[in-house]
Amino acid sequence: MTRKSHKLRIGSGAGWWGDRIDPARWNAERGALDFLCFETMAEATVSAAQVRKRRDPGFPGYDTWLDDRMRAVLPHCMANGTRIISNQGWIHPQAAARRVAELCAEVGWKNAKVAAITATDLSTTIAASGLSIMESGAPIASLRDTLISAEPYAGAEAIVQALDQGADIVITGRVADPSLFLAPMMHHYGWRHDDWDKLGQGSGIGHLLECGAQVTGGYFGDPGYKDVPEPWNLAFPYADVAPDGTAEIGKVSGTGGCIDLRTVKEQMFYEVHDPARYITPDVVVDFTTARLEQTGEDRVKVSGISGHARTPTLKVSVGCTEGYIGEDMFFFAGPGCLEKAKLADRILRERLRMADLQADDLRIDLIGLNAVHGAASAPPSPDYVPAEIAVRIAARCASRAQAEKIGREVDGMAVCGLASTGKRVPHQDRVREVIGLWSTLVPRTSVDCTVEFV
Amino acid sequence: MRVNLRRIAHTRSGDKGNTSNIAVIAYEPDFYPVIKAALTVAAMRTVYNDTAVRGTITRYDVDGLGVLNFVLEGALGGGVSRSLAIDNYGKALASAVLRFELEVPDAWAPRLRGPQAA
Repeated sequence: MTRKSHKLRIGSGAGWWGDRIDPARWNAERGALDFLCFETMAEATVSAAQVRKRRDPGFPGYDTWLDDRMRAVLPHCMANGTRIISNQGWIHPQAAARRVAELCAEVGWKNAKVAAITATDLSTTIAASGLSIMESGAPIASLRDTLISAEPYAGAEAIVQALDQGADIVITGRVADPSLFLAPMMHHYGWRHDDWDKLGQGSGIGHLLECGAQVTGGYFGDPGYKDVPEPWNLAFPYADVAPDGTAEIGKVSGTGGCIDLRTVKEQMFYEVHDPARYITPDVVVDFTTARLEQTGEDRVKVSGISGHARTPTLKVSVGCTEGYIGEDMFFFAGPGCLEKAKLADRILRERLRMADLQADDLRIDLIGLNAVHGAASAPPSPDYVPAEIAVRIAARCASRAQAEKIGREVDGMAVCGLASTGKRVPHQDRVREVIGLWSTLVPRTSVDCTVEFV
Repeated sequence: MRVNLRRIAHTRSGDKGNTSNIAVIAYEPDFYPVIKAALTVAAMRTVYNDTAVRGTITRYDVDGLGVLNFVLEGALGGGVSRSLAIDNYGKALASAVLRFELEVPDAWAPRLRGPQAA
């Protein structure tokens, strides 16, 4: 199955759970890919899935867009010999893999080998581990009563194993994002697990691909400063990876967007702290040695990213229930809108006091003035008159009943508020459960990954 | 002449837990030393002078690529999931620093990004 050529093309199928699906289809159909990789998990995905599973036992525990994503790409992957690696398994990789096998059968990919990778779930053991929380230094045992989930970030190793065993499709749960893309490079070129510079370079390329369109002109356009051609028509990227890990980032023709030194640099440092020490389960990546070269239209060659020995620990994301957030908004427009918004702020605070709101935190924003950048907003000129202002209120509370008071008082603004108060249609999502996320580090020996073909 | 950072650099923010990073990227290699000299950690603190940005700000210099990577700890209102901020990921945070003013040589005028002054 493996094509041991000197060209290896790995493409992106998603940069997050809510991502668009058409660009995945274009990559599968026209990208001439060896591998198509889907990244669909955010930091809170596992805990949110656990919460949903508690409430809704029918929730299968994997990417809610699994069917749509797979139906879009499977016929093309089958026709083009493209293998798939995806973290759409969330909290139930086996169930997702079984579903993918069914979808393969639907499109006539009868002999598809689908593997599920499951890592040790630390939810029931972490509280007694004696470890500390990275962010606060507090003992992890202090989270015992609120803990929902504790999942380690696995690396590329088990995916490589599944590919070595001939998997056409590999479904994982929590895996570090770059590892999804590093795995096919290690498999294809037989890179050793301690070839740190190659793993560093490969993980760096994975980091450039993992957010999909964020390297092809998404999250980038700024009219007049950074213009993006056809920004409604963005492609997901692919990388042509050479045996030493040097890669060219590109995209399918006939799409909008752009790939240049600017988009590659922006994505290279996205969510990176110390650029010389970007820690993944597989390697510590050093981006400071990277070299970039525009080799053609929408083609950038990336080389020289280096690596250092991986750390002896794996990061574990620990999710806890931390109460509820109540949130809603309403609007004013035309003359006096800002004065009304400020008075509405006062009305809400007075009424919530009368309602005896018990909140850990309360915030009222005037959207259109300084809600997003706060004190970093441009100061308005003294005679500034906004055309419209939205008043947005949010509070974090210990109980759902307290958080519901926010929506109740916003409802009250309809009849007991000010002139020309604009309201949204009543909606049900005004209270959401808060999942607090904490991190800890566990020895690698406490995590096992199993590969299972369904 | 004095210009906004926006004329000579572009930015992107990313989130991890309660920490935001803001990469400031020079459009051209010779813009970089000027940005590096002006946009110190203290200058960054004056831009993001919000009670929300409570923690340490660290600057990592990537000279080879002309990039300053700022790491703002405690910038996301307690973290993406528990934050009451409307932009809880801080996705829009990176654009605030584009208003930062700095002195550049007059000779750069034709190379500045954005609309050219008449």
